Amino acid sequence: MKKIRKFLDTIKPQFQKGGKFHWLHSTYDAFETFLFTPNTTSQTGTHIHDVIDLKRTMSTVILAMIPALLFGMYNVGYQHYLSHGTIAEQDFWAIFLFGALKVLPIVIVSYVSGLTIEFIFAQIRGHQVNEGFLVSGMLIPLVMPPDVPLWMVAVSTMFAVIFGKEVFGGTGMNILNPALTARAFLFFAYPSHMSGDLVWIAEKADAYSGATPLALAAAGQPQTHSVMDMAIGLIPGSIGETSVIAIGIGALILLVTGIGSWRIMLSAILGGLTIGILLNLSATPTNPFMAVPFWQHLAMGGFAFGIVFMATDPVTAAHTQTGKWIYGFLIGFFAILIRVLNPAYPEGVMLAILFMNIFAPLIDYYVVQANIKRRIKYAKSPEPVK
Amino acid sequence: MSKVIKLRKGLNIPIVGEAQKELKEIPHPNTVAISPPDFKGITPKLSVKQGDRVLIGTPLFYDKNNPKLVVVSPVSGTIESINRGEQRKLLEIIIKSDGKNELLEQEPINRSSLTKEIIIERMLQSGLWPMIIQRPFGIIANPNDTPRDIFVSCFDTSPLAPDLNFIISQDKLGFFSGIEILRQLTSGNVHLGIDTNNRGIFDEAPNVAKHYFEGPHPAGNVGIQIHHVSPIGKGDLVWTVHPEDVLTIGRYFLHGRLNFSKIVAITGSEAKNRFYAKTIAGVSFETLLDKNFDPNRNIRFISGNPLTGTRALRTGYLGFYHHQVTLIPEGDYYEFMGWAAPRFNKFSTSRTYFSWLFPNKKYVFDTNLHGDERAFVMTGEYERFLPMDILPVFLLKAIITKDIEQMENLGIYEVIEEDFALCEFACTSKIKVQKLIKEGIDLMIKELT
Repeated sequence: MKKIRKFLDTIKPQFQKGGKFHWLHSTYDAFETFLFTPNTTSQTGTHIHDVIDLKRTMSTVILAMIPALLFGMYNVGYQHYLSHGTIAEQDFWAIFLFGALKVLPIVIVSYVSGLTIEFIFAQIRGHQVNEGFLVSGMLIPLVMPPDVPLWMVAVSTMFAVIFGKEVFGGTGMNILNPALTARAFLFFAYPSHMSGDLVWIAEKADAYSGATPLALAAAGQPQTHSVMDMAIGLIPGSIGETSVIAIGIGALILLVTGIGSWRIMLSAILGGLTIGILLNLSATPTNPFMAVPFWQHLAMGGFAFGIVFMATDPVTAAHTQTGKWIYGFLIGFFAILIRVLNPAYPEGVMLAILFMNIFAPLIDYYVVQANIKRRIKYAKSPEPVK
Repeated sequence: MSKVIKLRKGLNIPIVGEAQKELKEIPHPNTVAISPPDFKGITPKLSVKQGDRVLIGTPLFYDKNNPKLVVVSPVSGTIESINRGEQRKLLEIIIKSDGKNELLEQEPINRSSLTKEIIIERMLQSGLWPMIIQRPFGIIANPNDTPRDIFVSCFDTSPLAPDLNFIISQDKLGFFSGIEILRQLTSGNVHLGIDTNNRGIFDEAPNVAKHYFEGPHPAGNVGIQIHHVSPIGKGDLVWTVHPEDVLTIGRYFLHGRLNFSKIVAITGSEAKNRFYAKTIAGVSFETLLDKNFDPNRNIRFISGNPLTGTRALRTGYLGFYHHQVTLIPEGDYYEFMGWAAPRFNKFSTSRTYFSWLFPNKKYVFDTNLHGDERAFVMTGEYERFLPMDILPVFLLKAIITKDIEQMENLGIYEVIEEDFALCEFACTSKIKVQKLIKEGIDLMIKELT
């Protein structure tokens, strides 16, 4: 430890103002603060501080995504061998290894392309490199189909970081969730790679159908997967979205640590259930999707993943506590509504969250106005506030 | 009036270093200092120069906008030095005490004919007026105003704060006399905010409105109490006084003698002996902390508490408005992968660390920031620590964008820096919240004059 510290202290002057590598100071700083929490002490204001910082917060979110990532790796292998009919001959590690070799390159490409942009922007602005992308860089692979070409991952990630985040001023200022921006970009730019039956299984055997539960439901065909399959997650789909159980472990980590908003998660589930019940009640024979039992929607597609990891992004969600209830509820509501009633979009979670990202500031605006009205009222009356 | 106001939001920081309830007389200080920047809202103009002889009550400086408003010497002696900072800003007036405690000659007080005008006149003359603070903005009150009410918070919930019941019980008649004086200054009531679990002598105070509070810090902040008793709207004006200052005022009118002695709590994990010291306003740390710390250790000396206190040198002085001094270790060390470490011996309000599993454990805090400053990312964080119907982040953003109207709407009149100190303590992004609030208040003052 001391040796590393000594080494850092020796090279530090080179990166400071006037040093040879000053143009790399943000990069140096990012690595130094990664290795060592800085020795800065409080100069103004409170003399003591909580030990929480953004690095801890973001790494907790990444930790919460690890179960979904690991399961995703296994499932990619599982679906591959299943489509070839050779699943029985493979042992666990062979299946996992196949998936890992598919998924890891996507993770690496996502991080490298995104962090490159982050470092460049930080350097140009003279800022420190923000930790926000550490989460986005992991979210992006998890919402990709396993067969996505790597160059698409790179292009969409760069697009998302530049236009989804940096043009607004970087982490904390963005309106749209960067990971969803990347996915939406791919969805609209290369629809053939992001939908249909072909993309959800890596190197699928041609004869195998491999339709996702959502696709089957939308087509009005009988489900080949039980709800139990969907909960465990051994079904075709985006890398990290299939297992409700793995996502549930992540949700638990986010909720126990208090990093993810329970208000948003709970209200999104309530919103999804509400519209599910309404659809069930008004189901017609022409759209059998409407008759899918309302509670099954929670286990299908990217719903669980979206509300646990995407909707709870504190920057793009509503900022007020009241606003979070409305924001979450509407995400759940619209996600299922789009999913069932719009044949052009087999999955509505992505669009519902992006849509509500845009409306979150409006929700907050009304919550703030209500606060102002209440404040003016009680300031005029001699009655004490409750 | 026996209803208890229960506050749920907030936090009592579990910090090591509380003072033992033991009162000690300490020697008379060789030097004391008065620091003009402590006195908010006045523009100081010096009335003395180096080498001048001063008595207790001799004006040291006055307010440029109201020359009757003076700050006086708490001891008799000579002006040793006058320290200035950038742009010749007055920082410190250091007085070498002669230990004789000679008083400046004043007309005797006729207690039977005390009118509001006479009280104000005498308080201004004797340098007691700056103990009266105005809300909004937390600045020294204007003697020409009549406040709607006067609030006194009778308990301090800040980390390691002194037990005011213990301090005031040393001279409760002085305190009650101070309350009587304050009653003459307002058209409304004198309100006492009392800790319902430690009512003590405050419950005996006559002729006041008593409000009982229960809850963690910042329940003891007078601003929080005002918010729950009778909030400040636009155009409202209330005054606040610290109980120990009420006592000083009361003592003056009771005995007719100016006496700036006060009781100060010596706290913090770096203080060897932690106790209550009977001393005098502006006392030097040299006297107050005599051999009470290890000179070889790197220590942060704080006049006040660790959340809102002023950073001082080890050769520094107690601030005029402070009632405690806190010694904690400096935190200028690197921590290998600190953000990933379990940090069992450090406290966090976040459950990403483990301190929430040990609710009764107390921690040694140092001054390390534990991270770098970032933009606002987490939401709902500040709300946990501000028991007011105020949206803290939206108010802060209004301040950053200098949106005066929005600041008014979102409650700038109701808050001062100390109310946001816990938010700053717990902030993931290490944002200097109190500094922002101060900027907002300064902007409002500028805008309104």
